[in-house]
Formats: sequence, C-alpha cells, structure tokens
Amino acid sequence: MSTSLFPRLEPLLAQVNKPIQYVGGELNARIKDWDAADVRWALLYPDAYEVGLPNQGVQILYEVLNERPDCLAERCYAVWPDLEALLRAHGVPQFTVDAHRPVRDFDVLGVSFATELGYTNLLTTLDLAGIPLHAADRTEADPIVLAGGHAAFNPEPIADFLDAAVLGDGEQMVGMITDLIAEFKRAGSPGGRDELLTRLAETGGVYVPRFYDVSYHPDGQLAEVRPNRDRVPDRVRKQTVLDLDAWPYPKTPLVPLAESVHERMSVEIFRGCTRGCRFCQAGMITRPVRERSLQGIGQMVEQGLAATGFDEVGLLSLSSADHSEIGPLAKQLADRYEQSKVSLSLPSTRVDAFNIELANEFSRNGRRSGLTFAPEGGSERLRRVINKMVSHEDLISTVTAAYSSGWRQVKLYFMCGLPTETDEDVLEIARMAHDVIRAGRSATRSKDIRATVSIGGFVPKPHTPFQWAAQASPEVVDGRLRKLRTAINADRSLGRNIGMRYHDGEPSLIEGLLSRGDRRVGAVIERVWRAGARFDGWSEHFSYQRWVTAAEAVFADSPVGLDWFTTRERDADEVLPWDHLDSGLDKQWLWDDWQDALTGYEQDDCRWTPCFDCGVCPSMGTDIQIGPTGRSLLPLAAKR
Amino acid sequence: MSRRVPDAVHVPPVQRIRLRYAKRDRMRFCSHRDFARAFERSLRRAEIPMAYSAGFHPHPRISYVGAAPTGVGSEAEYLEIALAEVRNPVEVAAALDAVLPPGLDILQAVDAADCPPGSLADAIQASHWQLEVAADPAELAAAVEAFLRADQVLVERLTKDGRREIDARGAVLSATVSPDLDDPSVSAADSARRRAIMRMVVRQVTPTVRPDDVLAALRSVAGFAPSEPVRATRLAQGPVDEAGGVADPLRRTELSIR
Repeated sequence: MSTSLFPRLEPLLAQVNKPIQYVGGELNARIKDWDAADVRWALLYPDAYEVGLPNQGVQILYEVLNERPDCLAERCYAVWPDLEALLRAHGVPQFTVDAHRPVRDFDVLGVSFATELGYTNLLTTLDLAGIPLHAADRTEADPIVLAGGHAAFNPEPIADFLDAAVLGDGEQMVGMITDLIAEFKRAGSPGGRDELLTRLAETGGVYVPRFYDVSYHPDGQLAEVRPNRDRVPDRVRKQTVLDLDAWPYPKTPLVPLAESVHERMSVEIFRGCTRGCRFCQAGMITRPVRERSLQGIGQMVEQGLAATGFDEVGLLSLSSADHSEIGPLAKQLADRYEQSKVSLSLPSTRVDAFNIELANEFSRNGRRSGLTFAPEGGSERLRRVINKMVSHEDLISTVTAAYSSGWRQVKLYFMCGLPTETDEDVLEIARMAHDVIRAGRSATRSKDIRATVSIGGFVPKPHTPFQWAAQASPEVVDGRLRKLRTAINADRSLGRNIGMRYHDGEPSLIEGLLSRGDRRVGAVIERVWRAGARFDGWSEHFSYQRWVTAAEAVFADSPVGLDWFTTRERDADEVLPWDHLDSGLDKQWLWDDWQDALTGYEQDDCRWTPCFDCGVCPSMGTDIQIGPTGRSLLPLAAKR
Repeated sequence: MSRRVPDAVHVPPVQRIRLRYAKRDRMRFCSHRDFARAFERSLRRAEIPMAYSAGFHPHPRISYVGAAPTGVGSEAEYLEIALAEVRNPVEVAAALDAVLPPGLDILQAVDAADCPPGSLADAIQASHWQLEVAADPAELAAAVEAFLRADQVLVERLTKDGRREIDARGAVLSATVSPDLDDPSVSAADSARRRAIMRMVVRQVTPTVRPDDVLAALRSVAGFAPSEPVRATRLAQGPVDEAGGVADPLRRTELSIR
C-alpha cells in the first residue's frame, strides 16, 4: 500500500507560487494500481517542473515503463524553496506528481541528469523523501537511486549519493532492470540490497560506484579505479538502442496545464551525431547516428498531434538538417499541415543555404520565428580547432539568403573560453556580426533587421577530445566578453542592430568542477547543499561564492582544489575519473583528435567519408543507420 | 517582407457560442493563463472549426471574462468562442468536455444569438461566492456582521505595480454564515476544528474585489483569522436579480439559480 499525500499537500499549495506544477493531472499522464505492479519506478528530473516536464528522456521512460503490466512509473520534479520550506515545516515528504505517493515507497528512484547543475537538487529530493543522502547508509526500505542522462557518463562527483548509474540509451535498459528486480523480489529478495546491486552490476551495463575502489597518488592524481569484489566487471558499457522505428516514444506526449519551457510536440528524428565537434559531449557519447525513417516520423507527428493538441512540432536531434531525407520530410510535412495552424520547427540548424530552403518550407503557413546558426567559434582558426567547418563567406551567404527570404532576425551562437582561444579570436565575433548586419541591409535595402549574438562559456566535458583541456578562468572569459561588447558597439550604426546575450563565467567554472570531478568532489556538493545551494542552473539561486567557500573548506589540506579540477590541463597518461566507464570511444583516438585540434587539423564525418576509427561501432557492436529510404509519408486517414 | 500572404483565406466568424465552465478540485490551482493554453489545445483536439484572427500569428478568437484567481474554485466561469462554421452548441460543449482534463468541466453552451442582448462582459455584474472557513461559525458570523456595518473597509493588495489600497466593503451586496453541516469529521464539541460556510454576493467592480480581500477586511474590522487557508468557490456569475441574487447570464428569462 502507498497512500496519497495530496490531502496533506493541498493546504500548502495555497501558499506557494505556481501551485499547478505540483498537482499532476497532465493530459496523457497515467496513474496505475499500486498493488498490481511488481516493480515501481519514481522518475526524477532534478530541476523545476517547467524545465523537467518537457524532457524527452523522462517522457520516453515513463511511457515505456507504464506500458508494462507488471510495472508502474510516476514522476517527480525538484520543488521550489517556498514549497520545500512548507514541506519541512509540516513534515510532508517528497511526493510524485502523478498519484502524490511518497518517493521512498518506490523500488527505484531514477534520476535523469541533463546537466551537472542539478546535483544539489538531487540532495534536496533525497532529503525531503527521507532517503539517506549516502548510498552506504540506505536500507532495504529505501529505493535504489539510479542515475542516467548525459551527466551520468561521469557520475563520480555524486558517487556517494548514488546506488547505481546507467550510461546511454534507457529504453531497453529500464526493461532489463525491471525484469531483474521483479525476479529478485519474487525470489524473496535473497541477499538483500547488496545482492540486488551485484546482480545489476554483473550485467556489465549498470555501474555501482561502491563496488569500485579509487586510489590516489600523493600529488592528487588518480592512481587506479578497480572493482572490490568478484562478479563486477572492470569497465561498465554504455547502452545503444538500434532501430529507432521500433521505439516510437513518446507516443502520447505529456501536456502540462502549467507553462513549460517547450510548448510543443517533439519528435526525435535521429539519435547520435558524427559531425565531430570536439567540444560536444552529446555528439561523442551518442554515436553512431541512428535515423528514424521518414514514415516513422510522419506517424509520430500525426499521432502526437492528435494526442496533444499542440500547434507546433519540433523535429529534434543534435543536427536535424543532417537527416538523410530532411528535404522530402520538410516538404511533405509542410504540404500535409499547410492548411492547419500547425507550425513546424527545426531547432538545431546548420550554417548553409540549404537550411534556408528548409526554413522556408517550415514557415509556409505564415509563422516565422527567428533563425539560429551556431558557428561556435569567432575565428576560422578557432573553428578548425573545434572542428566546426564554417567559413566566414559561408555564414555571410547563408544569412544573406535568410534575410532575402523575408527573415528579419538571425541568432548566432558562440562559445568563449575554447582551447587555444585568444582575445583576437573572440573579437572576430564582432566583425562577423557587423558583416551579418551589412549583408542583411544590402539584401533587404532596409535598416529594420536584427542579429543576436549569444555566447556561452565553454566547459570541457568527459569523453570528448577536450577532456584534457584547461578550462578558461571566469576572469579570462568575462574580460573577453567585455572587450567583445566594446568592439560590437564601436560601430554604433551597426551595433544598434546587434543584441548580445551571454552568461558570466562563474557558473561555467562550477559546471566544470562537477563535469570533470572525481569522488572527492562529492564532499563539496554536500557541503554547499547544506549551506543552502539549490537550483544552481538558475542565476537567481546560484552563488559562486558559496561554491568557492565549500571547495576551499573541503580541500584545505589537499593537493587538489577548484583550480586543479578545472583550469589545469591533463597529461596523456593521467588516469581520468571516467576511464572505467566505456562510451565506446577509444582513448587513444580521443587523444589524437585533441592533438589534431591543437594543430587545427580537421576531422570529416564518417557518414560521408570512410570510418576514422573512433572505436564506438566495433566495441559496442553497432553500426550507422541512415537512409535514404526513398519512401514518402503515408496519406492521412480521411477527415470527417 | 515575405511575398507570401499569411492566412490568405481569412474566414470571418459565422457563429458565437458562450460557454460556462467549472474549475474544480485540484484544477483550481491552474491560473487563467494555464487554462487558456489548455483550452486552446482542447479546441484543436476536439476539432472545433474556430475562426482565427488575421495576421502573421493567427489566434483562435476567444473572449474570456472575469477569470477566478489562481487557487480559487469555480462553478461559473464564462467565455465566448467565434466559429468559422455553424455548430450545435451542445455538441461543441460535449466535445470540449471530453478532451479537457477532469476538473476543467464544460457545463453549459448557448449560441450568443439566443443569449440576452449585449456582450458577455455586460451580463457579468456580480459573483456569488462560497468560502469554507476553518473557524467557529459564531465567531465568523460576528466578524461578518461587523464588516457589513461598516461603509468602507480599506485593505491592501499586492499588485504588479506594488501595494494599492482598495475598498473591500462597497462591492459586497450580501453575506451570510452557516455551520458546515456536511463535514462529518467535525464533532459539535470540537470547536477548534469547526468549519463555517460563508456565502456572499459581490458586485463586479474595478479593481475586482476578491475573496481574499474580504478575508483581509474581516481581519481588519474584527481581528478574524482562520487557522487554515480558506477554500473559496465561485458558485455563480451574472446579472443581479431583483432579490439581490445572481441570475444566469446565458438565459433570457431572468431566473435566479439557487
């Protein structure tokens, strides 16, 4: 039995901001019979509801798990500090939004980490749920706390708080784990929690941090990570789903009453990317490319729209214009929905003229948002370093085509703090933005056009060629951005049509600590959380000083520290905290690519050129799955 | 600019339908903006042939009036939709109710041509409120009596533009208190946990006087403070009838409900 906490929660909701986010009842949400399920999952997205609800990973697993008759899954999200205070004052534990059951009653608490800045929110949720923060202190009465998502490719900083982590695609893995837990419970849970975790670890696909011992050299570097018991593999492998058409999830996307960050229906048109941008963790850890077929996409769009009533469809992937049939897909979807009020969007766009044709197809029914291009690096030299092959001329001719086709606003996305970057590289962004405005004015013979330059701080990530790089300090990043702003505004006539948006460098440095940290960082996370850190991805809640203070206290008598984990370049032979977690990428290939980056040597895409031996396909037993299929969208069923 | 003319076939409305809907149970926590988004999606899912506004961002033509505050339940919210094709209002109501979440319930639909003359907003002159209050009915009745004796009770309200003072008394046409007879958990002896039901008719004025404002006024005139948050529900909205009650705004016959 598990009883609803809603009667105790309800009086508190009258006193908090946006109470609707806590009541559940979303369209397509499912509430299943507690007693009829053998295995029960609580799925946590450790950020605010408005960010977490649209998350595709959670929606996919929620649906996959709930389709099983022997299983139920409910969702929970981080509660804002106003409700957290009331829950503590009234002794109400962390609840799921579906049936408002206590999170501690579930068998598994699955946590999806898209970003490391959600780590403190994990601690809040565990604490509110009454689950001991440290995995070592948990008993049979506590759920298995299991992390997934991109940040789980280096879960070491939160190793103390996790029972387990899974790398890669979750669709099949959650089924395997459910089977294993169901069987274990049926047998009367022999050997308890420890045995269950061992059985999970034995599969080779579930990482149980406490089954591995970590040793350190006197200078602070890692000496070794090795299993401390039999039956546990030396390395844990990532999961890869093949044949996306066999996994058309979410079939019935959740539609919230509350406003969320993406008010649209999303269809993932392919997974993986081999463009080879060296900064991009997603592109490295999701290889190889696996396309959903044109007909499969058409069916998901049709069913999803009918199930949700959304008026916008986003075709998602890491680089959607790279789908082998994106041209026919765009035209046929635009034909199908031209008369309706449904608009189509391609959130991730490449810099070339073909994209403008696509964008024009997608805006046929009159809706026309801005166009975004991501050159990422300011100078051509720097773009060779990061392997983002876009010339200045390409960009100018692309934006000229965009302005000529009636677009009035383009957004350009860059990073600051990239390896080998100098002030001059960043100042090139100003030249590019000025040229964009000049091109737009001459294409439209109008002054009424705009460009927005949006800049993020670069954070080196595990399992990428830049995993060895020194992160730029906040002072360097902030200094370069100040100079860039001055350079943009140096020409007032052009500068007035250019907007500049950026984040300061301090949150990036903390993200860097959490991205490339090892188990010693866990004490910093716990300390900063006890000092009040919550919602670190939100500038109004984030405190850099609180993190610095916590890191200084934890590392007071240690050879390591905040700088050691972030602004220090690593050597070829250093043991990295995630070396025992196998993304399929060959470490030597990553190192060679890092060296190529430093000399500005570019790497092609293996979809169109021969394999360059990154290591993923042979080690994971996978292969590229791309079209073209040459087929067309199936006709829609006749409307009444 | 684009050579393409958006929405070239702009269809003018051929029918307007007025709808009454409820915000019940946990759906009372949805804000008016939340409701509006859910309602627009429901129109698409129910395939209602809406008339759209012209322009680059065509919107379905919907007029909302006097939405209840977030956290407050309602049995009588109203809106009007404009259709591009004529439909049977009862069927429209059933189709919408089937796709809206439980708790957001369509209760009534009338062709605007069959409603009393004038706009929907004109017909919304007053609200009938019910407040469930965790308090001794006698104590609440005394506070209400003191409130009604006053000509004016100024209360402060926090708005987007800062604090402003409004009169909570002038708009209140009537207010009564009774014990909550439906609550089985309350024994007569357990006065600390007693619940009282307050009902009042409040005229539609600008700025709107809300249940919270009246509760603030009760605190100000009689020091009245309930032990738990008050649960408020709008029972009716419409014209004020001769007996001082609230009539159905969608009916020509001036029958008072309740």
